[in-house]
Amino acid sequence: MQRIGVFVCWCGSNIAGTVDVKVVAEALKSEPGVVFSTDYQYMCSQAGQDLIKNAVKEHNLTGIVVCSCSPRMHEATFRKTASAAGLNPYMVEIANIREQCSWVHKEMPLGTEKAIILGKAAVAKVSLNTPLTPGESPVTKRALVIGGGIAGIQTALDIADAGFPVDIVEKKATIGGKMAQLDKTFPTLDCAACILTPKMVDVAQNENIRIFSYSDVEEVKGFVGNFNVKIKKRARFVDETKCTGCGACIEKCPQKKVPNEFNLGMDNRRAIYIPFAQAVPKVATIDPDYCNMLKNGKCGVCSKFCAAGAIDYKQKDEIIEEKYGAIVVATGFEPISMDKFDEFAYSQSKDVITSLEFERLTNAAGPTAGKLLRPSDGKHPQKIVFVQCVGSRCSACAEKGKEYCSKICCMYTAKHAMLTRDKYPDTEVTVFYIDVRTPGKNFDEFQRRAVEEYGVNYVKGMVGKITPEGDKLKVRASDLIANKQINIDADLVVLAAAIEPDKSARPLATMLTASMDTNDFFTEAHPKLRPVESPTAGVFLSGTCQGPKDIPETVSQAGAAASKVIGLLQKNKLMGNPCVASSNQLMCNGCSSCERVCPYGAISYEDKEFPGPNRTVKTRRVAVVNPAVCQGCGACTVACPSGAMDLNGFMNTQIMAEVDAICK
Amino acid sequence: MDNKYLKEEIIRMSGVNPKKCMKCGKCTATCPSFDEMEYHPHQFVYMVESGDIEPLLKSESLYKCLSCFACIDRCPRGVEPAKLVEAVRLSVIRKQNNNHLKADDVPALLDEDMPQQAIVSAFRKYTK
Repeated sequence: MQRIGVFVCWCGSNIAGTVDVKVVAEALKSEPGVVFSTDYQYMCSQAGQDLIKNAVKEHNLTGIVVCSCSPRMHEATFRKTASAAGLNPYMVEIANIREQCSWVHKEMPLGTEKAIILGKAAVAKVSLNTPLTPGESPVTKRALVIGGGIAGIQTALDIADAGFPVDIVEKKATIGGKMAQLDKTFPTLDCAACILTPKMVDVAQNENIRIFSYSDVEEVKGFVGNFNVKIKKRARFVDETKCTGCGACIEKCPQKKVPNEFNLGMDNRRAIYIPFAQAVPKVATIDPDYCNMLKNGKCGVCSKFCAAGAIDYKQKDEIIEEKYGAIVVATGFEPISMDKFDEFAYSQSKDVITSLEFERLTNAAGPTAGKLLRPSDGKHPQKIVFVQCVGSRCSACAEKGKEYCSKICCMYTAKHAMLTRDKYPDTEVTVFYIDVRTPGKNFDEFQRRAVEEYGVNYVKGMVGKITPEGDKLKVRASDLIANKQINIDADLVVLAAAIEPDKSARPLATMLTASMDTNDFFTEAHPKLRPVESPTAGVFLSGTCQGPKDIPETVSQAGAAASKVIGLLQKNKLMGNPCVASSNQLMCNGCSSCERVCPYGAISYEDKEFPGPNRTVKTRRVAVVNPAVCQGCGACTVACPSGAMDLNGFMNTQIMAEVDAICK
Repeated sequence: MDNKYLKEEIIRMSGVNPKKCMKCGKCTATCPSFDEMEYHPHQFVYMVESGDIEPLLKSESLYKCLSCFACIDRCPRGVEPAKLVEAVRLSVIRKQNNNHLKADDVPALLDEDMPQQAIVSAFRKYTK
C-alpha cells in the first residue's frame, strides 16, 4: 500500500477564493492510502516545496498529490521537489484545481466539491503509479536542411557557425530558391541577388556545409538525434568535381530551344545549362529531356568542348546514406497555377503575367535584360494593371484558389508599381486591391510612398474580366468607392498569384511523420510558443513551408530553427520521456490498428516466437514501440482492440481508477 | 413587414449568407448589366446584410439583372449575389400574386437572335 501525501495549494486567492482549501485537505485525508494532508498559500514557493520535502521524510511518503494549477505550469517543479526528497519524480500527480476548477466556478460550495473530486481522482491514480526512469539515446551531431532557398541557406549557415556539420539537400541544380529570381526586395529596395549571392558563396565555402544539389530526400528512418536518411543525387551527367563552370559546353550546345525555368519559360536555355551566373554549385547540368546525346545518342558536342573532361553521359543516380541528429524542413513555396482563372485570360494572352514573371522581366539578368517589355511584341507597355488577391482569400474556389491570405502580395505589388513608375514615369499604373495589408516595419510607409510620391493609382475593387482585343487587354473592374464599373485598355496585366507550399512537401511530411494543415503547410508544435518546431521531435521548420512569409520573417525563422537545432546537437545524450506506450506481446494480435493511428511512426512489427500447447512454438506478428520516437499521446492505447497497448504513467488501470474515483 | 423579418425572409429564400462577403467588388466588376442597374451586385449584398431592403423592392434593378450568374461564378467567397437579387424579385412578384410571363406567351415573343438562356432567365424573372 502506498503512503500518500496530499498538498492543497491556495495559489493566493486564485484557488482559495472559490475553493475552501481546508475542507479539501480534510476530505482527502480519509482517502485510501493518504497518510498526510495539508494546505499552504503557495505550494510552488521555496517554503511550500520545503513543506513537501519535510513531509516526505517525516511520514515516509511513497506518493504525492499536489492540488494546484495545471500540470503544464508546475508539474516539473513538483517532480524536482520529489526527486530532491528522494522520491521517484513520476510518483507525483497533479490535481488541477485552478484552471479546471476555481477559475471556472463562482460559488464556493460547488468549487470545493469539484476540487475534492479532482483530488480523489489524483489519489486513486497515484496509488497505482510505479517509479519510471527515462531512457537515454545518443545524438548524431549533424543536421540535414531540406531546401536550399534563403530559409535553408540561413539555417545551414547558422548551424555551421556553431560548429556542427550541415548538409543541404536541394532539388534544383543550384541553391538560391525563389529569392534568386527576385529583382529588388521590399521595403528597402536592395537588389535580391546582391544580398543573397554572398550568402550562397558563404555556404559553398563553409567547411561545415555540404550541398547536395539536384537531389531529393528518398527515405527518412529513425528518430530525434538518430535519423537515417537516404538522399538521391540525380544524375546531372556532369562530374561535379571536375566541372569548372566555364560555360564552354553551354555555348556550343546545339539544342537551343529548352524553356528556361529560371525565367519562368519566358526565354530559352540550352540542354546543358547553369541556371544563372551566380549559381552554387557553379556546375553544368544536362537536361535529359532535351539532350540529343542522351535521347538518341547523336551529338556529344559538349563533351568535345569540355576542357576538364567533366561530361559523363553514363552517370547514374546515386543514393547517399547519412545519419543526422536533426532535420530542418525549408521546402518553400510555389505560386499557384493561373490556368484555371479564365476570367483573367492568363492562358489566352502572353501579356497577362504573374508577379514572379514580372520580377524576371524587370531583372537585369532576365529575358529582357531588365527592360520592361511586353512578352507578346517586345513593346514598352504604357498602361499596366496590377490585380491583387488572385487566388488568395478565395474560399469559394478550392479547386483553383486558396482560402488564406498569401501575405507577401500587397508589398511586392506596391514594389512593382513603385519601381515601374520610377523607371518609366510615362506609364500609367493601376493597382486593384480588396484590402491593402502592410503590417511590418516600414511596410505601410512603403506602400503609401508608392501612392503619394510615385503616383500609383490604387483602386479599391476587383477585376472581373480581362479580354484580349487586338494588342490591348480590356480590363473590366469595379471601383467600389466611386461605385462605378471601370474599363481600362491595358498593355500589360500583372496577377499577384497566391502562393502554396512546394509540391514536394506532402510526401516529405509523410516520410518525416510531421503533421501538415489542410493547405499542406507544415504545422508547428505550438502556434505561438513553439513556432519553429514541428510536433515531431527533431524536425524543425524554416520559412514558407510553415506558412506564407516574406524574406525578413523567413530569415528570422531560419535563425530560430537553427538555434533549436544547435540546442539539440550540443547535447551528448537525450533523456527520453518515460511516459511512452508499450505493447503486451502476449495479448497483441498484430492487427496494425496502433500503427495506423500513431502520428509519429513509433510502432513497427516483428515476428516473435511464442510457446504453444504441447511444446510447440508459434510465430506471431506483434507490435513493438520505439520508446525514443513515441511521444506518449496514447492514441494507440485507445485503438488497440485487444487491450495490449498501454501507456506508462497513464495505464488503463490508472485511468479507470480515476474515473471510478470521480463517479463514486 | 418590418425590415428584420424581410431580411430573414430574403436570406432564407436565397440560401445566401451575405456575411461571407469580403467586399472585393468582383461581382460588380463582372456584371454585364452594370450600366442598367441602379443598385449593383455588391450593393445588393450590402443592403440585404444591413436590412436596407425597401429601396431594393422598388428598384428597376430587379428586372435589369440578366440572371447570367457571372457574379456567382466569379465571387471568390461563394456569396452568390444573383441569388439575392432573385430572392428580392420573387418576394415582390409573389406579393403581386401573378405570373408576368406564361409559357403560352413565349412563341409570340421569340426572336431568332435571342439566346435560349434569355428565355430561361425571363422565366426566372417574371414568374413566381
